[in-house]
Amino acid sequence: MKWSLILELSKALMLARFKQTAVAATGVMFSITMFVTLLGFMNGLNSMLDGLVLNRTPHIRFYNEIKPNPNQPVDITDEFQNTWNIIRSIKPSTSRLAIYNSEQIIQNLENDQRVLGVSPKVSAQVFFNVGTIDLTGIVSGIDVQKEAQLFAFTDYITAGNYEELNQTNTIILGKGLADRMLTGIGDVIQITTAQGNKMQVRVVGYYQSGLGDYDNSNSFASIGTVQKMLGEPPSYVTDIQVKLHNLDLAPSMARELEKIYNIDADDIQTVNAQFETGTNIRTLISYAVGITLLVVSGFGIYNILNMMIYEKLDTIAILKAIGFNGSDVNRIFITIALSIGVIGGGIGLVFGYFACLGIDQIPFETEALPTIKTFPVDYNPKYYFIGASFSLITTYLAGFFPARKASGVDPVDIIRGK
Amino acid sequence: MKNHHPTALQAEGVDKFFFNPTKTQVLKKVSFEVKQGEFVSVVGKSGCGKSTLLYILSTMDTDYQGKLHMDGELITGKPRNYLAHLRNEKIGFVFQFHYLLNEFSVLENIMIPGLKLGKYSREELEYRAMEKLRIFEMEEHALKKANQLSGGQKQRVAIARALINDPLLIMGDEPTGNLDKKNSDIVFNKFKELAQEFKQTMLVVTHDQEFAEGTDRIIEMEDGRVIRQ
Repeated sequence: MKWSLILELSKALMLARFKQTAVAATGVMFSITMFVTLLGFMNGLNSMLDGLVLNRTPHIRFYNEIKPNPNQPVDITDEFQNTWNIIRSIKPSTSRLAIYNSEQIIQNLENDQRVLGVSPKVSAQVFFNVGTIDLTGIVSGIDVQKEAQLFAFTDYITAGNYEELNQTNTIILGKGLADRMLTGIGDVIQITTAQGNKMQVRVVGYYQSGLGDYDNSNSFASIGTVQKMLGEPPSYVTDIQVKLHNLDLAPSMARELEKIYNIDADDIQTVNAQFETGTNIRTLISYAVGITLLVVSGFGIYNILNMMIYEKLDTIAILKAIGFNGSDVNRIFITIALSIGVIGGGIGLVFGYFACLGIDQIPFETEALPTIKTFPVDYNPKYYFIGASFSLITTYLAGFFPARKASGVDPVDIIRGK
Repeated sequence: MKNHHPTALQAEGVDKFFFNPTKTQVLKKVSFEVKQGEFVSVVGKSGCGKSTLLYILSTMDTDYQGKLHMDGELITGKPRNYLAHLRNEKIGFVFQFHYLLNEFSVLENIMIPGLKLGKYSREELEYRAMEKLRIFEMEEHALKKANQLSGGQKQRVAIARALINDPLLIMGDEPTGNLDKKNSDIVFNKFKELAQEFKQTMLVVTHDQEFAEGTDRIIEMEDGRVIRQ
């Protein structure tokens, strides 16, 4: 059976009922438009919200935790091997915060295939001296280039030039902190470390993460500046931050490397479990709404095809009388259903894309999110692909039963009935 | 003379029952044959089973007992898709109601069974369809939509459509039943012309006595039986 004839017959039947066909296609178009727009918008928001935390969070963070030594002498001695040993008022041992042999670890990590990048960090508790008042805060010594590359550091610099951070004795202050200290860019401020070292640094920019508390106490300087501030050598590193190619590997890699380097490691999943849950549920909801829309339009197509079959019983009977078999008739109606799906779905995808472009233009400015100027939209082709597949699947299913009914029409009944 | 021609269609003891509302036998051991080149009419009163017989002969109704041979081949019990192909290739239909597809032009209506058969290319079919239309003096209406024609014209187009695949047999179910005298005469003359000039085998169910008398042979039915042939 030639498809060109099937297509021709389907086309003729559709054009004969052009309005109904157009209504059905519009239904599909509308649902696909909504589906694509909804998913694009939802996922745009999702990735923005996740990005707030996840972008800046290393996938694995190595550090030395201050904690009591798990191997207490009493447990090691042979004498008390088979007894219950209870130690009261145990204290953390005087372990150092710096990571031992940090340079070697960084080098090893950089050679690891799974690792995207490594960025060392030195954290220091400091007092910002403002007149007679001291504000407590944290200065993070960072490798500016790597931080920008791996953790989108520059996205959160709202004023000033981050490049200047490479010079020694410069600092970028959290916006909240800067406001409290009433400092402008270019001002010189004094910092006292917990050890009592005093140092003068120049403010070269503001940092605004969108998390108010964080911005009220955090500031950034180059790793060298902080090492100098603390009076420590260049090998002094308190944190090693790792970004992986595949985020899902983080927990297992953290466990693995923890043992090798004999330091503490946190992975992103454990630290930010709630974010993933939120994302999953939002995605689930948007899919559910999108699919509901498609199912509704599927019923529309089902109705219209059923009506068309009742109206075209004569045509079906005559086609069968002149030698079309059941499966030919079935194909004609499936073709009609799929054409409605392809046309409606295709236009829907285009309209959905336009709707996304539209949403992308709507201003969305909030204090908390300095880098966001308009509503975020995700243009991932995946959603368009899913939308197209769903439109074909629903229209096929909507056409399946009417087409089967049409293929079962007995021409004798129709012709005799006249 | 007729016996020298091969058989186009042969029915052997065809029984047919209707089960709704009660079991009734509509056809009782109907047996006859149609030779190639014959123009046969089936007559009888309303309800004598002549249309039922035609639908069985047409292969559309497969729910009967007995045997049916077409072109020397037993077609009873063949699968539906095979029968559809057989109808397409070997049988042309003319119904009481023209049954053209209103969505298509006259020319396309004639071409559809040919396109379905796929023996000729579209260009060839177009040429052949025009040829058929010329026989019926309908060529100037070729590009009109089917619903723009009068009843008589439609019936002529329907006959042209029946001819497109050069069928073994043309079957007509009251082809003039719905037409006025004038149109009915035109259609009847076309049937005669086909029989005489083209030696087309035809089997026509009618209760138009005048029509029947113009055919080569009359099969008369009464109460489900062939009483004269």
